[in-house]
Amino acid sequence: MLKLKHAALLLALGGLPAAHAADPIKVGIALDISGPFATIGAEIRDGFNLAIEQLGGKLGGAPAEFLQTDFAGNPEQANQLANRYLERDKIDFFTGPVASNAALAVGPALFAAKVPYLSSNPGPSQYAGKQCNPYFFSVSYQNDTYDEAAGKVANEKGYRNMVLIAPNYPAGKDHLNGFKRFYQGAVKDEIYTKVGQIDYAAEIAQIRAAKPDAVYFFLPAAMGINFIKQYVGGGLKDIPLIAPGFSADQDVIAAVGEPMLGILNTAHWAHDLKAPGNAEFVAAFRKKYDGRYPTVYAAQAYDTIMAMDAAVRAVGGKVGDRAAVLAALKKADFKSVRGDFRYGPNQFPVQNYYLRVVEKDASGQLTNKLVSTVMEKHQDAYVGECKM
Amino acid sequence: MNAIFVLEQLLNGLGYGLMLFLLAAGLTLVFGIMDTMNLAHGSLYMAGAYLAARVHQSSGSFIGAVLIAMAATVAIAGVLEILIVRRLYPRGHLAQVVATFGLILIADDAVKAIWGPSPVLAPTPAALAGPVRLLANLPYPAYRLVLLGVGLLVALGVGLLVNHTRVGMLVRAGASNRAMAEFMGVRVGRVFSFVFTLGAALAALAGALMGPISAVQIGMGEAILIPALVVIVVGGIGSVRGAFVAALLVGLVDIAGRAFLPPLLRAVLPPALAADLGPALAGIAMYVLMAAVLILKPAGLFPARA
Repeated sequence: MLKLKHAALLLALGGLPAAHAADPIKVGIALDISGPFATIGAEIRDGFNLAIEQLGGKLGGAPAEFLQTDFAGNPEQANQLANRYLERDKIDFFTGPVASNAALAVGPALFAAKVPYLSSNPGPSQYAGKQCNPYFFSVSYQNDTYDEAAGKVANEKGYRNMVLIAPNYPAGKDHLNGFKRFYQGAVKDEIYTKVGQIDYAAEIAQIRAAKPDAVYFFLPAAMGINFIKQYVGGGLKDIPLIAPGFSADQDVIAAVGEPMLGILNTAHWAHDLKAPGNAEFVAAFRKKYDGRYPTVYAAQAYDTIMAMDAAVRAVGGKVGDRAAVLAALKKADFKSVRGDFRYGPNQFPVQNYYLRVVEKDASGQLTNKLVSTVMEKHQDAYVGECKM
Repeated sequence: MNAIFVLEQLLNGLGYGLMLFLLAAGLTLVFGIMDTMNLAHGSLYMAGAYLAARVHQSSGSFIGAVLIAMAATVAIAGVLEILIVRRLYPRGHLAQVVATFGLILIADDAVKAIWGPSPVLAPTPAALAGPVRLLANLPYPAYRLVLLGVGLLVALGVGLLVNHTRVGMLVRAGASNRAMAEFMGVRVGRVFSFVFTLGAALAALAGALMGPISAVQIGMGEAILIPALVVIVVGGIGSVRGAFVAALLVGLVDIAGRAFLPPLLRAVLPPALAADLGPALAGIAMYVLMAAVLILKPAGLFPARA
């Protein structure tokens, strides 16, 4: 009844066409909870759902509908799902995919339909540079920035000789190039492994023979888990490991256990970061999801919904006015759990990056501890290529 | 590159090969005897890894965990054999591939329903967590040495079983000529049930042993099934001896491609080219080996059917 009264009032004021008061704002969420990115996808879903719950299922105080469908990490299926959301459900916002290939696959249809895509995780260089688009907003990070921060960490730690290791595919090379963009020491060896490799004994022997000061690895998901377990078992514990935050977040820690201790990693957020609202977010997350610490993925998914909420509030629920929605999104007037949030000209965040280290918390649980700020207000390397 | 480095890499290749053998031995017998392609073999490997990880964490005993995982996986495999696989023997390879692929999907979803989508913790037994000094300047992971030992023992045991026991004779008879064995009064169906559960036990053992050094997660069985299939093709389908030799070959070729090839290429080629070519060649080394063997010996190194 309250809703009806509210609608009637709005009608009486003549502010909104009837359709807007009746139709909820539709958010198309492409979930990634099965397939190769299931773990990360589940984290993102949990972040979304916590934000949706806290907002009472509304956006900017207006009724909203959050459509959630799994596409199993397959870019082709992501594309089909995005088209279904566009044609059948007439969505007003889109978000969800975990991997860059899916983000690149769904982009063109969404941009053509003038539906804002707020990325809750991938920040492909294409969208940060040449293919930047007014309808794409990265609420997360640009893919290379974690590696750039890690390169800076290596300099600060005084590592002069390093071995770098990544899978032999384009993203692997991109990430190592991101590292080398800021790292000033020598690269003793750059090892590219098979995608999906199980056994890393050969590479670990190479590392031992090379005697580097430290090792930087970009090995997503299971590859990282295999590598860390075998690295520590192989007695290389004394050669420090540096990784982008993805390889040392709560999901990986839960699967590897003790060998994670002491791994240095970089991210734009940490659960013990002193930012307004962050402690409350972490506490609410742990309460809702049986005590587990949120990952970066959950934190940025939470932020993504909050960014939509603020934009809808700013336009008074009139999401049909896309120009106004874009302007409101671009202002990013929401309380991010990472602190002040601001976009650069390519609509990728200009933000701090932090060094974290895996340690035990007061209750003996393995988790990341914030060490220091590595980069302040850092913008990605591709912004110059963006003509927008 | 010095002698110690070479020795270490040879040990690595041997260890990887023996793990592949545990998986391939069951696969090659099932395929060889009943001409049945069982893609779900990898799911049994996954079951072994998950069960062992779970039991190890709650009981604290690694040996107990491995044994329980094997027993439970054998029980699962027995049910599968009676309900599904047995019906697939007379069907064509396509039906077998489709049905057992369906089993993979069901197994993956079942694991997800029970344990969730995230990889689970499979700790290394504390006593074996660190390295031991094999030589003054060759520390080697203690756990990998145990893998080597267990792999060799099991290979020996399976070899004895197949080549020097009555059951093994029936198995070999079924593998070399099934129809003839049936005419001679061998109950090939029963032999097959035995072989299927033996294969399941070996797959579970491999999974349980690989857990502490790899990610215990959904899809782990599919990832290792591919090199295992290469092993049985190279070795000759149905031959345990072939699977053993081929597993070691594949393990060594794989390690050589990753460890020795890059420095060699760098010595003879411009750095940029070597950097691109090395990982690409290492990735296909195993398949080059398979192609070469198939050209020279189309039925594999030790064909079971003469």
